[in-house]
Amino acid sequence: MTTTLEPAGQAEPAEEQVEVVWHDAPGLVGFLTSVDHKRIGMRYISTAFVFFFLAGVQALVMRVQLAGPNESVLSPRTYNELFTMHGTSMIFLFNTPVLAGFGNYLLPLQLGTRDMAFPRLNAFSYWVFALAGTFMYLGEFIGRAPDAGWFAYVPLSARAFSPGVNLDFWGLGVIFVGVSTTVGAVNFIVTIFKMRAPGMSLSRMPVFSWSILVMAFMVLFAVPALTVGTALLEADRLFGTAFYDPSRGGDVLLYQHLFWFWGHPEVYILLVPAMGMISMIVPTFARARLAGYVWVVTSLVGIGFVSFGLWVHHMFATGIPPQALGFFSAASMTISIPSGTLIFAWIATLWRGSVRWSTPLLFCLGFASIFVMGGITGVMVAALPFDLQAHDTYFVVAHFHYVLVGGVVFPIFAGLYFWLPKMTGRLLSEGLGTWSFWTMFTGFHLGFFPQHILGLMGMPRRVYTYDAGLGWDTLNLLSTIGGFLFGLGTLLTVVNIVRSRKRGAPAGPNPWEADSLEWSVPSPAPHYNFLTVPVVDGRHPLWSVPAGGASGALQRATPLTAGLEAEPEPEIMEVPEETYVPFLTAVGLAIVVVGLLVEQAVVGVVGLVVALAALGVWLWRTDGDLQ
Amino acid sequence: MWMLILTELMIFLSLIGSYFYVRAGEASWPPPGIEAPPLGRIVVFTFVLLGSSVPMWWAERAARAGRMGGVQAGLALAWAMGAVFFANQVVEFRHLGFGPRDTVYGSLFYAITGLHGAHLVVGLVMNGVAQVKAALGKFDGGRHLTVDVVSLYWHFVDAVWILVFSTVYLSPHLLR
Repeated sequence: MTTTLEPAGQAEPAEEQVEVVWHDAPGLVGFLTSVDHKRIGMRYISTAFVFFFLAGVQALVMRVQLAGPNESVLSPRTYNELFTMHGTSMIFLFNTPVLAGFGNYLLPLQLGTRDMAFPRLNAFSYWVFALAGTFMYLGEFIGRAPDAGWFAYVPLSARAFSPGVNLDFWGLGVIFVGVSTTVGAVNFIVTIFKMRAPGMSLSRMPVFSWSILVMAFMVLFAVPALTVGTALLEADRLFGTAFYDPSRGGDVLLYQHLFWFWGHPEVYILLVPAMGMISMIVPTFARARLAGYVWVVTSLVGIGFVSFGLWVHHMFATGIPPQALGFFSAASMTISIPSGTLIFAWIATLWRGSVRWSTPLLFCLGFASIFVMGGITGVMVAALPFDLQAHDTYFVVAHFHYVLVGGVVFPIFAGLYFWLPKMTGRLLSEGLGTWSFWTMFTGFHLGFFPQHILGLMGMPRRVYTYDAGLGWDTLNLLSTIGGFLFGLGTLLTVVNIVRSRKRGAPAGPNPWEADSLEWSVPSPAPHYNFLTVPVVDGRHPLWSVPAGGASGALQRATPLTAGLEAEPEPEIMEVPEETYVPFLTAVGLAIVVVGLLVEQAVVGVVGLVVALAALGVWLWRTDGDLQ
Repeated sequence: MWMLILTELMIFLSLIGSYFYVRAGEASWPPPGIEAPPLGRIVVFTFVLLGSSVPMWWAERAARAGRMGGVQAGLALAWAMGAVFFANQVVEFRHLGFGPRDTVYGSLFYAITGLHGAHLVVGLVMNGVAQVKAALGKFDGGRHLTVDVVSLYWHFVDAVWILVFSTVYLSPHLLR
């Protein structure tokens, strides 16, 4: 399909005509076949929240068990399963995909285009994530949940010490979900490089889009190490290879290196988009431009690079040579420089602006305060001598919950309050939102602050109970109460969302008077996003002159641009129609994974045939799309 | 496609990194009782595989010039050379004196070469689809995305073999 762009400034096509071209089937058919990035994005977010609440329930059950000494609510085995699934769900099935969901929904809108670069790949990526999550939870439903911790160290996770099928749900599921993350990252990068609205040079791109770009590149470099690490583990478990078996020359530390080469960047893969969200929300409510745009973007990119030099700090206690430890200790402290830069940029923005209080901003400030505390304990555990003391105690548990809940979950809630009105067209209640924030904020500190002290008092993580008389009772009880308060706070937000669907005030296109392009279209955004693709002339398109531009709306197509300056290319991209192909490809892969789990070659081959057949159809139809 | 290649390259690098990491902790490599894989035959077939990039490059040029006959011939020749290389690998694996379960050396050897083999098979399938499309006249001077993609992937599989070859075949002979 080679079509030339119409000149800018032509008359807008009629909405009714455009609606016909950009139809999207309703009901179950639409559910299985849609390639619209907005539907896929919202689906990502809602599926991820299902896993969030499952992980929350698991955490609360564990907190009940730990509320007092020598409780017997849970058996040690169930306790192991719960903390494994809690960590796995939060990292693989909530934080990563929910941010991918926001990215999916917002990226094309912020860039001023009509869909992602590979819409069908996008649908495929969602289905792989949903099926991989279901697969991992299958173990839980049949009473064989993974139970070796969310990082499943060998030799504990080797066949000899974890004989059941439990760990295979974990290992195969992790490899499977990695496919989704990788494919998603490729899609984000190509979308950003090829599909920005004319005139949106990289230096004018919204910070959230920048953060998605950084995140996507980190995924491409980091996830392969995880895939290899877990694939070798599964090869050992299923086929009897010797990678991690010291009796045949294998090396257990190899697993830790591979795992953390992904695992540490992963923390920043989550943090960077979260910080990108904050960088969009703070200026909007400060009613001022983001202070130091260039510094903020440079810091995000810097975090991306430095995060690859940190992985060994998870392994300080494994007997690595001291020179190496010194290097990784220093690198771990370095990362606080770009993080600090970001914090100061937000403070400066608020300082210069005239602040309008609202729930999204509250969550941003909650994030900043919790994250700074997590950062301080982070510098503490980056110091070798301290880490050797605190390693595997509740101090570390407190630290990473401050970083991950404060640094990622709070921004996600900020993002929900900020962007949900765009997605549903309804505003959320400010009153309920404020209540939800303060309940979560109080509950969080009550829940996790005492764990620092518990850790310093020597309470190890991952114990299913403890004796009375160690002085741990009160602090643990407080922590449990805090956990429930936090849970209640998140439920208030759910109530708020449900309530808004019927009773929320209509949002209008731009309820917050924000500056980026997603706010220039109606809420909820129409299937085609933009009637006419905008032409961008600055960093804050909606705070300067709104502009009309090139079309393609009537051909189910969207313009392509090239280079740093986003100059229009002579060709446009057709956006594919709805199709079952991505869903079927993902189902094929799921069958392969199940085949490996039950160790039945026939099942695996059937899955492979389904996947390859679907892929063949996909390739067959491809030439018409992107030419 | 470039992005996919980038992330695939990271998979290979992770495995090759693992290879040298494990090797660094061993007193003798390959472990006692195992012969390093012989070089003679594989060197010849390495040239066959790397050589297959040449007809692939012809096919790409022919596609750009709109010469469909050249596209078909180039793709077919590259396919044949890739298939010959793959067949040799399968035969050679039967003659090696160690299996993937004996020692970590064997596990690493088969994981790395096996992964490369799997990539080659994917390349052969993609090449096949492109040949069928070419035969049905689906390409012309302006429409040949499939050829470009297949060719890019093909060159990647060839190039990464240089890394794989240097690691699992050359390094046990050179670094003792």
